[in-house]
Amino acid sequence: MEKQYRTHILVCAGTGCVASGSLKVRDSIIKEIERHGLQNEVKVATTGCNGFCAAGPITIVHPEGIFYKRLNDEDVPFFVEELLVKGRVVKKHLFAEEERNELIPVMNEIGFFKNQVLVALKNRALIDPDIIDEYIGRDGYTATAKALTQMTPAEIVEEILKSGLRGRGGAGFSTGMKWKFCMETKGDIKYILCNADEGDPGAFMDRSVLESDPHAVLEGMIIGGKAIGAHKGYIYVRAEYPLAIQRLNRAIGQAREYGLLGENILDSGFDFDIELYFGAGAFVCGEETALMQSIEGKRGMPRPRPPFPAHKGLWSMPTVLNNVETYANVPQIILRGSAWFASLGTETSKGTKVFALTGDVNNIGLIEVPMGTTLRKIVYDIGGGIKNNKEIKAIQIGGPSGGCLPASLIDIPVDYESIVKTGAIMGSGGMVVMDEKTCMVDIAKFFLEFTAEESCGKCTPCRVGTKILFEKLTEISEGRGRDGDIEVLENISRNIIASSLCGLGQTAPNPVLTTIRYFRSEYEAHIYDKKCPAKKCKALITFTIDPEKCTGCTLCKRNCPQECISGEKKMPHVIDESLCVRCSLCYDSCKFDAIRVE
Amino acid sequence: MAKLKIEDLQKIKEKVKGTVTMRGGTHRAKITVHMGTCGIAAGARKILDTFMDEINKSGTTDVILTTSGCAGLCSKEPMATVEVRGTAPVKYIDLDEEKTKKIFQDHVMNEKAVTEFALVQGSETTY
Repeated sequence: MEKQYRTHILVCAGTGCVASGSLKVRDSIIKEIERHGLQNEVKVATTGCNGFCAAGPITIVHPEGIFYKRLNDEDVPFFVEELLVKGRVVKKHLFAEEERNELIPVMNEIGFFKNQVLVALKNRALIDPDIIDEYIGRDGYTATAKALTQMTPAEIVEEILKSGLRGRGGAGFSTGMKWKFCMETKGDIKYILCNADEGDPGAFMDRSVLESDPHAVLEGMIIGGKAIGAHKGYIYVRAEYPLAIQRLNRAIGQAREYGLLGENILDSGFDFDIELYFGAGAFVCGEETALMQSIEGKRGMPRPRPPFPAHKGLWSMPTVLNNVETYANVPQIILRGSAWFASLGTETSKGTKVFALTGDVNNIGLIEVPMGTTLRKIVYDIGGGIKNNKEIKAIQIGGPSGGCLPASLIDIPVDYESIVKTGAIMGSGGMVVMDEKTCMVDIAKFFLEFTAEESCGKCTPCRVGTKILFEKLTEISEGRGRDGDIEVLENISRNIIASSLCGLGQTAPNPVLTTIRYFRSEYEAHIYDKKCPAKKCKALITFTIDPEKCTGCTLCKRNCPQECISGEKKMPHVIDESLCVRCSLCYDSCKFDAIRVE
Repeated sequence: MAKLKIEDLQKIKEKVKGTVTMRGGTHRAKITVHMGTCGIAAGARKILDTFMDEINKSGTTDVILTTSGCAGLCSKEPMATVEVRGTAPVKYIDLDEEKTKKIFQDHVMNEKAVTEFALVQGSETTY
């Protein structure tokens, strides 16, 4: 029997919190506890990402489940004394919700957490990902035991089919169908692959799942292996995810030691093992055929389908590839049943979805909600609304393959079909909230710069087309747009979509098309009026000083790196426009609201 | 570590049940030792240590032990509140090591309140 403690202090060790110093915080807490002689009654442990990265470094104290934000190294001595010696809640680090203006100590009562439903992330913040026993303690590997000893491959496939689980990587293809095709394909050697090549800018769902609950992914792959008849699995993970790789390696090592990977797993007669393969960070390698080429040691480029991977995949053997989050759902479905899973979500999109919520919202972080949750609920109830009380302008969903939805669509439910109707795609789960200061031409340009760079070059329409789109958008944002440019953008976009081989090209124009569809007037203002309504595009704005408001305090003059502001003390100042680089430092520093941006 | 058999999964689950209970809020009984200045001065530390020892000796995994500030009845310290899920909490006063052990055995483990050491049934709201 393991030793019992009166308190568990769980320090978040997700990438975000580690970056803000959480491991040092953990060490200091341990040191302070020893200084007070409390090491026999208080346990300190680390967990994976809590999801509320904006509040890091995060520490959770059980049994009460109290959430402490921004507990830094220097706060630890006071914290330990208050919490453990005096037995008080440490108010200084409690979370407060702005509109309620009250402290909310208990984690599950904070809006960010209480509006979430955790399936793929069910163990987050509750287990140490490096300790397999804690995973087993929360029903870990029970689904594996059930699938390997009590279910036939056909029964497993049937259960996944009935659950309605669809691929969480972006396209949303039925996981059960994929498994069924591969199960029915004859072959002695088959492979099951996990796509952990998360590449969308601003997306970190898969990294977080791997870091906080690696065994859930391993389990999903073992069950999938049994279903399709594969004895070997690969996880294709970005080399830029060192912490995820470290935890995966440790998890695989522990699972092998326990015989949960290897020969004759749990005496079931089923053999299965998993290896990691590191991707070098090429965006196109997230495409399934390119990913397989990459594992084979070739240059990562997509190939035409058919043949589909279920018939001819890795090394021309029948292969199934699923995303990290998809696998993390599988053990839950086997354990709790397809009916339970299908009770979550909407008619066609079952279960939950993890999103990386970022941009101009108050609560940036990783969230999991039932399919069909409205954008409004995500942005306001979970995200805590827009920063600095600004207005919401758009929500970007699905990364470089997705689109920008206007604020008027905030009440649409988030499911595969509803999102596709808007011109965006669900994608892997990136969600960037933008306020009124975001320029839509600039956003389209940002994503096209990314896809033009990441296009593998195999298909000319994608290779050249994305480059032309990017150049055209650059011209427009620099005031060199001409009449007819919008039509050119639309025309090229349609051609890229129609004639590209893989998902990268087929979706790359989405950011352009959706911004034109919902924010056409903004393009027109850039092209015809040579104005940027969001005041973002540097070539289209000028900075001037309002002589009425200027008090001659000289602050802007001192801050100007170009030294292009002149004026005597206590007299109105003037900006020399020919030298101004529009860095906005004068605007940011003025205390009298005297700098005009037009 | 030898390779696991299916029944071993259950054994591991039993082994770490205390951790799961602690973090998941699924405890059967909760003991709160009042650790205000008055409580600490009157020996609450010893009471806390005794409960901790008893929990570990008994091998139970569904009891949580926590602390709170002053209970407001400084003359009756050290005090503790025991709450078995589904029943009213009971406040115990003027505790010492022997009383604490008996309360743990009778109330926490066997779910029978020790009325002779009790002040009252009921508790202030805690979180």
